[in-house]
Amino acid sequence: MFIQQLINGLTLGSIYALFALGYTMVYGILLMINFAHSEIFMVGAYVGFWVLSALPFLFPQITPLYLLIVFVLAMVVTGALAAFMERTAYRPLRHAPRLAPLISAIGVSIFLQNIIMLTVGAESQPYPQTMQLEQMEFGGIRLNTLQIFIFVLAVSLMVILQLFITRTKLGKAMRAVAQNHIVSQLMGINTNTIIAVTFFIGGGLGGVAGVLNGLYYGSIKYNMGFLPGIKAFTAAVLGGIGNIKGAMIGGFILGVLEALAAGYISSEYKDVIAFVVLIFVLLFKPTGLFGEEVAEKI
Amino acid sequence: MTRSFRLWIYGALLLLAIVIPLVLHLSGNFYVVHVIALVGVYCILALGLNVTIGYTGLLDLGFMAFYAIGAYTGALLSIAGLSFWLILPVTIVVGGLARYLVGAPVLRLRGDYLAIVTLAFGEITRLVLNNYDELSNGPKGLPRVGEKIGAVNLFSFQFTEDIHFYYLILAFVLLGVFVSYRMEHSRLGRALVAIREDELAAELTGINVARVKMIAFVTSGAFGALAGAIYVHWIGFITPEAFTFWESVLLVSMLVVGGMGNISGVLLGVLILVGIPEVLRASLGSKFVDYRMLLFGAAMILVIIFRPQGIIPSRRRSRELKETGQETVQ
Repeated sequence: MFIQQLINGLTLGSIYALFALGYTMVYGILLMINFAHSEIFMVGAYVGFWVLSALPFLFPQITPLYLLIVFVLAMVVTGALAAFMERTAYRPLRHAPRLAPLISAIGVSIFLQNIIMLTVGAESQPYPQTMQLEQMEFGGIRLNTLQIFIFVLAVSLMVILQLFITRTKLGKAMRAVAQNHIVSQLMGINTNTIIAVTFFIGGGLGGVAGVLNGLYYGSIKYNMGFLPGIKAFTAAVLGGIGNIKGAMIGGFILGVLEALAAGYISSEYKDVIAFVVLIFVLLFKPTGLFGEEVAEKI
Repeated sequence: MTRSFRLWIYGALLLLAIVIPLVLHLSGNFYVVHVIALVGVYCILALGLNVTIGYTGLLDLGFMAFYAIGAYTGALLSIAGLSFWLILPVTIVVGGLARYLVGAPVLRLRGDYLAIVTLAFGEITRLVLNNYDELSNGPKGLPRVGEKIGAVNLFSFQFTEDIHFYYLILAFVLLGVFVSYRMEHSRLGRALVAIREDELAAELTGINVARVKMIAFVTSGAFGALAGAIYVHWIGFITPEAFTFWESVLLVSMLVVGGMGNISGVLLGVLILVGIPEVLRASLGSKFVDYRMLLFGAAMILVIIFRPQGIIPSRRRSRELKETGQETVQ
């Protein structure tokens, strides 16, 4: 039972971790909570849905290429959407009081949810199941190919992201802007471009998380982003908001905790676990598990 | 604007608030009266939230939890047979107490962290109401089959129509405005604003920051619970779905759109954000009615981009924004 829930938790955690990266990257660079990120996740799931529904007409044979197209398209569309959102709804407010971008994000969120609701309807859609699921069993513990796939894809994307952030020039620029906008501008970095890139990457990863969520649970709906959104945000806070590695680890921890809670306590209260964890982390270690102590500016 | 001129305007607006719904009621526009009464309930909530967000600058994203606590307390007591006028003070105390218990651990957190913890408390409240069947009857809500929320009576007069409740709600909105106004112009109100501007400096001038923050937090919770108790007596039933995170967020949006920390701004914000979807519902043809929330989202973005300080900004606050506007990104 424990190992079974651990496996479920790691699958769930992979999705939360990918999703949390978008929150943490945007917070790291702009100090704002991007509430509309949960809608990016939802749009990602729908892009995957449409591509998966359209592809059988183009390629009758299911190949690995098939899935690659789905994920690349979902990533590009959601990334572009996030960057567009930043350009139109957040950039004009960069010097506004802190609550203003939050309200704007809520506006974006309502807008996107309703666009999707008006195009596909308010009912939930069954997600096309294209992968041949192979159930495996080791001594009573069940595991399927989809779970392995989700875990492997999420971890490889995270490794790529980590390499990108630490090894490339663009990644270095992102770290610089996160530290100080004005000084990085003086060093010749175009902060607007870097912020747009951050939104693009965070949005793309959120989109992938959306597709994985659709594949895993098998149905999607226009308001599906909300609850996973809060949980992913919790994961980001748990790991120390603004800290990329923290968000990844926070995602896995939260996924495992939730699965264990569902298994051992009660599945009705599994959603409460995320919030209780959030409250305890913030009360006893507000910087999160891996956050740095930042001295209060006076 | 001179003071007396402003008083005339407020008097005229109050007269309109009294007369218009009556005219609408007499001419049979019951639905409009219903919406206006709903605006009134949101006004009480918004005035309460304004004490924490507007005056003290504490971002609270789970305010609806206290509305829910008020509504459920009101419903349970009413089912148990208590009179409305006894329920009101009890609910206010319960709401304030709940707020105190939540506030004690979380108020020392700052800024965004406080926002997230209050959000979490809001969601926990909703999830518990949704799952704790013995208390709240779960998703089916209260009252249970065979039970009934008691009627509201004033002397021998029984409140039955929306218009009756509208005047009851209006009275409490006026009370809320009065309390807010007195608070804003008192030593306490100035202490709250001082904390909003600079917590450290406020502490150094001798303000007991923790205590003053708690007073603001509890006061706003009491407003929320009061609104809940009135709402449940008016509508007659309650489910956990009325208290989602979105409701809390919409309430915050009302403050920001109208102008935080300014009583008229807050009331205007409520009128706009509750009103716009209804106006759109009425004015768009049946074909476009589904698009109203889409337009609502877009309108929210536009308003905030063109007037980030709100439509009627607090005078003290807008001065502050002009001075420090460039520093917000660090």
